[in-house]
Amino acid sequence: MSAALEIVGLEKAFGRLEVLRGIDLTVAEHEVVCLIGASGSGKSTLLRCINLIEPIDAGRIVIEGDEITAPAVDVDRIRRRIGIVFQSFNLFPHMSVLDNVTLAPRKVLRTTRALAEAEATHLLERFGLADKRVEFPDRLSGGQQQRVAIIRALAMRPDLLLLDEVTSALDPELVAEVLDVIRELAAGGMTMVIATHEMGFAREIADRVCFLDAGVVCEEGPPDRLFTDPSQPRTRQFLDRIIKAGRL
Amino acid sequence: MSAVVVFGGLGWVVVNAPNWPDVQRSFFDTERIAAAVPDLIRGLSTNIRLFLIAEALVLVIALVVAVVRSVPGPVFFPFRLMATVYTDVFRAVPGIVWIYLLGFGVPSLGLEGIPNDQFFWALVALTLVYAAYVSEVYRAGIDSVHPSQDAAARSLGLSRWQSLRHVVLPQAVRRVIPPLLNDFIGLQKDSVLVSFIGVVEIFRTAQIKQSANFNFSYYVGVALVFIVITVPMARLVDWLVARERRVRAAGGVR
Repeated sequence: MSAALEIVGLEKAFGRLEVLRGIDLTVAEHEVVCLIGASGSGKSTLLRCINLIEPIDAGRIVIEGDEITAPAVDVDRIRRRIGIVFQSFNLFPHMSVLDNVTLAPRKVLRTTRALAEAEATHLLERFGLADKRVEFPDRLSGGQQQRVAIIRALAMRPDLLLLDEVTSALDPELVAEVLDVIRELAAGGMTMVIATHEMGFAREIADRVCFLDAGVVCEEGPPDRLFTDPSQPRTRQFLDRIIKAGRL
Repeated sequence: MSAVVVFGGLGWVVVNAPNWPDVQRSFFDTERIAAAVPDLIRGLSTNIRLFLIAEALVLVIALVVAVVRSVPGPVFFPFRLMATVYTDVFRAVPGIVWIYLLGFGVPSLGLEGIPNDQFFWALVALTLVYAAYVSEVYRAGIDSVHPSQDAAARSLGLSRWQSLRHVVLPQAVRRVIPPLLNDFIGLQKDSVLVSFIGVVEIFRTAQIKQSANFNFSYYVGVALVFIVITVPMARLVDWLVARERRVRAAGGVR
């Protein structure tokens, strides 16, 4: 059986700034992988490359056996299978919550409005947002907006969900409600790659943690080992800084 | 209060000017103005027909031009170039020159099957000039929508066109309504320029009356008519701008 996601030798530079310098990463189906690392280590860029929002310079990305970085691949078809949730929510401000969630199913999958809205309502109920269906995003708290953004991605029934520091823009008291959603998705078997600064959460939810440093996967392993007994000095330095900052 | 002093003062200066009685007779003959109003309104109906049709066409053409100019990729380069040349050329040349060139030039080609009447070509000239301006307004609106909105839409699998159609343009158009209406005020006033190629409308009507009666009051009548139709629109624009600012201040971007 092929992996849910396989990345080989991925490179990405912005002008002369090399952000990713040969990333190798394999994610199995139903696996939750957390990416940790300092700001600027390439976590977000990696996720954006997997979704093909950023064109890559070298390497291959394979989703369930299909090489999505091959030339002449229909990127719109690929993106339907990969959900991504951004740090800054990026909800569509001119649409109600319901329209935010149903836009892609209606326009991309050609689902009827009635069916798309029924499915969206079901998802909103599941995550406690059914009463917000007709609200506009600016009427919601940050935590609610981010939950809607996750639901919007889920409405496309993605095979793989990418979460890009989804709690970093939230007030501390709103972080928990978003993490609860992610926990539930993990329990339901969703394959996820999560870039995060929440080390406690990464330790709890990840099947595997990857420490990114200087554009490569410096170290990876099960969270208990990586957080307590890292083998690489750079990983240890990073974790020491996190502990000193009181974040672990 | 200070406004009353200023305007009162200016009024006093004008009314006490040595030749005021003559000026009053030839510019502010209220009886002549009142008598001319029905004819002026009849002339105005041509202006209204002209600018309403032009506005509808401008809305569509300008949007197409703006979208063409903002589509990336080398494949679209010839289209981008065409759109850019169009906006540059039609904004560079004064509107009255376009009205002359199209209004006198095209009919004299004597081509079969194309309209020959002056109204039609005046309409074309004004539409093309104002579409060039308004396309820049639209483009500013499109640029003002943060790229993350497009990224979010594309990441859900929407095509480039679907993202533009459902996510970017609705937000862009909403933001540019006030400046767009502002350009329409300009268009409505510039509709009198078509009198120069012989279209009989409000200004031409006044001109005919002026030369028949050697009195300029008819132009003051034209001014009053435009004040009546333009000022409400200007107030509407201000109100929309103020409302937009309130919504933004409240943290919303809707």
